[in-house]
Amino acid sequence: MSRPEYYAIENLGGAMLEQFAGAIVAVILAIVGCLGYFWGTNWLLETMLAGRRANADAETARRDRLGEQIRPWLFLLPALLFLSTYLVYPAIETLRLSFFDRSGSGFVGLANYTWLLADGDFRASIINNLLWLIIVPTLSTAFGLIIAVLADRVWWGDLAKSLIFMPMAISFVGASVIWRFVYDYRGAGEQQIGLLNAIVTAFGLPPQTWISIPVWNSILLMVILVWIQTGFAMVILSAALRGIPQETLEAARIDGANGWQMFYLIMVPQIKGTIAVVWTTITIVVLKVFDIIFAMTNGQWDTEVLANLMFKWMFVNVDYGRGSAIAVIIMLAVLPIMVWNVRRAKTEGEMQ
Amino acid sequence: MTAVVQQVGTTVARVRTGWRTKAKPGQLLTHLSLLILVLIWTAPTAGLLISSFRSKDQLAVSGWWTALAVAVTQEGTRLPTADSSIAETGLFVIRGRLPGTDMGTKIRSYGLNARDLTAAAPGESLSMQDGGSITVEADGSFEWSADRPFTHTRGPRLFYVVERSPRFTIDNYIEVLTTSGLGRSFINSFAVTIPATFIPILVAAFAAYALAWMRFPFRNLIVVTVIGLLVVPLQMSLIPLLSLYNDIAHAFGAADGKTYLGVWLAHTAFGLPLAIYLLRNYMLGLPREIMEAARIDGASHFQIFTKIVLPLSFPALASFLIFQFLWVWNDLLVAMVFLGNQETKLVLTGKLASLLGTRGNNWEVLTAGAFVTIVVPLTVFFALQRYFVRGLLAGSVK
Repeated sequence: MSRPEYYAIENLGGAMLEQFAGAIVAVILAIVGCLGYFWGTNWLLETMLAGRRANADAETARRDRLGEQIRPWLFLLPALLFLSTYLVYPAIETLRLSFFDRSGSGFVGLANYTWLLADGDFRASIINNLLWLIIVPTLSTAFGLIIAVLADRVWWGDLAKSLIFMPMAISFVGASVIWRFVYDYRGAGEQQIGLLNAIVTAFGLPPQTWISIPVWNSILLMVILVWIQTGFAMVILSAALRGIPQETLEAARIDGANGWQMFYLIMVPQIKGTIAVVWTTITIVVLKVFDIIFAMTNGQWDTEVLANLMFKWMFVNVDYGRGSAIAVIIMLAVLPIMVWNVRRAKTEGEMQ
Repeated sequence: MTAVVQQVGTTVARVRTGWRTKAKPGQLLTHLSLLILVLIWTAPTAGLLISSFRSKDQLAVSGWWTALAVAVTQEGTRLPTADSSIAETGLFVIRGRLPGTDMGTKIRSYGLNARDLTAAAPGESLSMQDGGSITVEADGSFEWSADRPFTHTRGPRLFYVVERSPRFTIDNYIEVLTTSGLGRSFINSFAVTIPATFIPILVAAFAAYALAWMRFPFRNLIVVTVIGLLVVPLQMSLIPLLSLYNDIAHAFGAADGKTYLGVWLAHTAFGLPLAIYLLRNYMLGLPREIMEAARIDGASHFQIFTKIVLPLSFPALASFLIFQFLWVWNDLLVAMVFLGNQETKLVLTGKLASLLGTRGNNWEVLTAGAFVTIVVPLTVFFALQRYFVRGLLAGSVK
């Protein structure tokens, strides 16, 4: 190993120790802080209440009740602080900023929204996002369901599921590199090192620069997300299929249903609800998808989507008004799902 | 996963036997379709992994699927000029080695014309226009000798067919970890991920217990809010938080608000809705009798939580830890916004994205770099798949 390399590694060692130590100290401090808070407030409450135990029974009961009323809020306080500072307040503030100019100081009414409607990039993003919304959840759910059914019928199903589930652990950026390699392009005469062009040329067709051919490139980016999300759909749907009562399947078989009829007429209707859950969960992922476009094309060649456009307006153009307006549009798209989730939770007895 | 899958196995086994006896060709089709799907799903990752161990020059000229095959390429070079000749007993000699040849290569044939690559086999000689004759050995070394001194000032061309046996190396990894700065990012990723994974867990556990087992006003409202916040896009939070961080930093006299603490807190908050939701669902499923018995024995909520509920909730806590770990490790957006694009502060995802931008065609760097970024989550994932699946199921199907 050459000297500079050696020094690089040695420096790395120093930095590593320092940062690891920092991280560990942070974890310890945080846990001690949390425990300190919860234990401390609990102790305070107990001593305040215990101080006057000698009083009349009525007084003790009143103080116990008071303790019962305070305690939940002590348990909840840190979480509520986090949620309100990082999620509730910013959401309201973003909505407000979307009616203001780029620095957030001058009120501009609906100007940001009217500008958005006229903006070519925004329109392209909306169309692309719609394509993503139609294609990715559909394909992921369909593949997930097919694989769940197939894997339950072969002895090596566990292994198959594990392998198809694996991309769930890979970051969107990592997945982007993996697929960029698949889509790699070399000139017509050269040996193709990208799998897709190798297959294409094997059929005697000319190799393509996939990433820069509009519509195809968007679809190839969607493939990445389908690749990641299918494992999720498969796991959830596989569990749901397991929940179908034996008697139902038995009865269908006695009635002479074949494999396809069993799948289409018995299994799918039985797990409708779960399919809807999987579908909406993937829909939300799609609406927020940013990393893949950022890493692969950064919106070039007509692949722009809302999340990446928002990032550009926020960081590159530093226009908080327009950035916020795009964020609000994404939020509006998520809203129906949010309402549906809350309703479902209510009807399914989440609330006691 | 295995536990879940075993359950699937036993349940489905009963269903399956009926089908199997009925349709043999159907069963074959099942195996085949699933095999094709699995191949499609694993080939891209396999390609990346194999390529990351191939040498730079092999990687650039042949597909990873040929990694185990002997690669045959046609190459050409100019031989040295008269200056490099040496005089030996009555002979004038130019010796050397053809570029791109070494221990792992074998010359198949060579010639002096690009259209006549098979003019001579290794060991055979060819006579040269500039005088004398040349002999190329199989290992790529050549000897050009003549009985008169060389005078040519322009080296003649030589063309050869070279076989390369498959060769694997860890050079790509050494390069990305040292010179490309990925090692630094690897540490940054850990520094971000460890606290951001552990901080939310206690905060969420206490809140989840209160929402599951305590009675107080607005409880349902808070639960509904948490369920609603589950799907609120991060994009709604970024701009106001960025301003807030910068304001706080300016108040303390710092240039910007990009600190590790800031990222930890942001990740903590963004992970909380799911943590609270998962843990509350799990805690609601714990037997009511245990808690009522403890209450009658005079235990306070605090004691019940720490002594009974927390230990019993271990599976749910583990599920969330894995979720949060994978989410934070794989996140790009939050780290970019709250930690910045500075070279020294880039986490692995950010570093990989920047490599993809600046060295998009250096596949030896990208493949090894990508594998470095995914190896940790993959390990966690395969080691703890069971808890991960359990968490997924608890978080989605209810």
